[in-house]
Amino acid sequence: MTIYSIAYKNLLRKKTRTALTAAGIALSAWVLATLLGFNRGYENGLNRDIDNMGFQVLLTAKGCPYEAATLMLKGGTGLRYMEEKMIRTVSSDPEVEAVTPMLMQGVFDPNKGESGAISAYLGVDALTFPRMKSYLEFKQGGWFRDNTAYEAVLGYEAAELEQREIGDKLLIPGLEAELLVVGILKRSGTQDDGTIFLPITAVQKIFSKTGKLTGLGIKVKKGTDMAAFENKLYDLPDVQVVSMAQVKTTIMSLVSSAKVIVFAIAFIAVIIAMAGVINTILMSVMERYGEIGILKSMGAMPLDVFRLIWTETAVLCSLGGLAGIGLSLLTARAAEAAVRHFLPFTPNGDLIAVDARIAALAFGFIFAGGLLSGLYPAWRAARVRPLEAIRGEGD
Amino acid sequence: MNAILSAKGLVKIYRRGSEEVRAVDGVDFETRAGEMTAIIGPSGSGKTSLLNILGCLDNPTAGTLTVGGETIFGGRRELSEGELTRIRRPNFGYIFQKFHLIPTLTVEENIALPSAFYKAPGAAEDPHETLKRLGIMQRARHLPSELSGGEMQRVAIARALINSPRILLADEPTGNLDTQRAGEIRDILRRLASGGMAVIMVTHNPDLAEAADRVIEIRDGKVR
Repeated sequence: MTIYSIAYKNLLRKKTRTALTAAGIALSAWVLATLLGFNRGYENGLNRDIDNMGFQVLLTAKGCPYEAATLMLKGGTGLRYMEEKMIRTVSSDPEVEAVTPMLMQGVFDPNKGESGAISAYLGVDALTFPRMKSYLEFKQGGWFRDNTAYEAVLGYEAAELEQREIGDKLLIPGLEAELLVVGILKRSGTQDDGTIFLPITAVQKIFSKTGKLTGLGIKVKKGTDMAAFENKLYDLPDVQVVSMAQVKTTIMSLVSSAKVIVFAIAFIAVIIAMAGVINTILMSVMERYGEIGILKSMGAMPLDVFRLIWTETAVLCSLGGLAGIGLSLLTARAAEAAVRHFLPFTPNGDLIAVDARIAALAFGFIFAGGLLSGLYPAWRAARVRPLEAIRGEGD
Repeated sequence: MNAILSAKGLVKIYRRGSEEVRAVDGVDFETRAGEMTAIIGPSGSGKTSLLNILGCLDNPTAGTLTVGGETIFGGRRELSEGELTRIRRPNFGYIFQKFHLIPTLTVEENIALPSAFYKAPGAAEDPHETLKRLGIMQRARHLPSELSGGEMQRVAIARALINSPRILLADEPTGNLDTQRAGEIRDILRRLASGGMAVIMVTHNPDLAEAADRVIEIRDGKVR
């Protein structure tokens, strides 16, 4: 017979009350673990998306930087154009390792979806773009022969949506341009999965945008002072500089206010759970007032009684905490779907990443909160005078 | 033989508002190992108050108490709950009228309960040995709610014996039992005293008092 087995049996005495309190703790642990997982997953996803762009700075024609950032992450581009000669200007900088020009164009496709939708095409350079996006792998075929070829490479999801395979034709609606599908990419978990890549010169010709670009991806050499480099780019006329660090900061600041509210809700959930623990354990102490007196008459020191009640709290919080973390792992995908539905921009990949560290952190927080809640009931129990308790029960 | 427990001039005063009640009023008492003492008297005479002080469950207002040669109360400050517990652990076992078994624990768990908090050095009592000795071995895995009153009191006695105390205190041990069960408990207590334990009991039961080596009558807090 140990204090732990006594504590365990005491908790089983009122099964429904114990289960409800543990459920309250589980709920707060679930909220906490999910939110911590979301915080981690969102940041990881954003970093991954930005890293996978293959370049650290994007140059666009002057316009709204937020619009440019969002469109860029969505696989789109700014609405204005810059001249192709910008490639030479930027390439001449000794800190630039590589540049890749891009031209994004879209057409309305009346046959897409129920009432038509925009089909977007990204014109990329056949030489520099594949080097920057070296992580892209082909499921079938490969990149286009050159920048003038009427060929297309489809991202994994784009190929499924368009129901195209290698050798199939791809028609750009309204422009009578027919392209040959030469490559289909494997799933990358990035925005490239939904993109249709075309050779840049071909896009310029099809859409009558010869000599025009919507974006210029810039990869800088290692050890470059990014802030100084960006300042140099600001001196160029009629261009907007969007650094990936800026994009990340901008998006993170946009979601941070939402996170504060959500964390406040989590904090309130934890406080409510703690109040539930205090209530349950205190009620249990009051109900067992006489029993505690008997334990003391049999040799239990005040510290023994304190340990007993605190152990009950610890067992309750451990059960609730573990159940909540288990629940957060089970419901991560469903919660992710809900978050994606409500947030205007979400990065690719796992949005809610509940790993061992987050699970341990959430459990530790809940456990510590629970132990804190158990202090007062345990102190009350430790102060019980055996004689008064036994008399009280006798009366 | 030396007294195992000795009290001189014990006084216990309770206050009810402005009224002062002398529950124990200058009681001298002593008992030896192997002696069975019955404290009798009408309700409200101070029997239980005296027993609680003798068992270190309560501080006296005045007087001295010596247990095994060690002075516990002697006009000093009131002892803390922890200090009283330290004194009670190796010296006393308690039996109550209402048994006070823990309802969620089985018989054997109830008996082993004191050892969760304290194991007396050299305590010879094994829960199963005690259960056998008290004739309730077959009830070891039962919950208190499945026992008769007599069985519950035997379990309470077994629990009190687990740490081999020197003194067994019993407050109305047969108060909730029929004549036959009360007789069984009387025999058990008698055997324990014959085995060398000092047994002090408060009782209204004349049979139980008759079995004692010594009977003390209390009236209005004083020994008659």
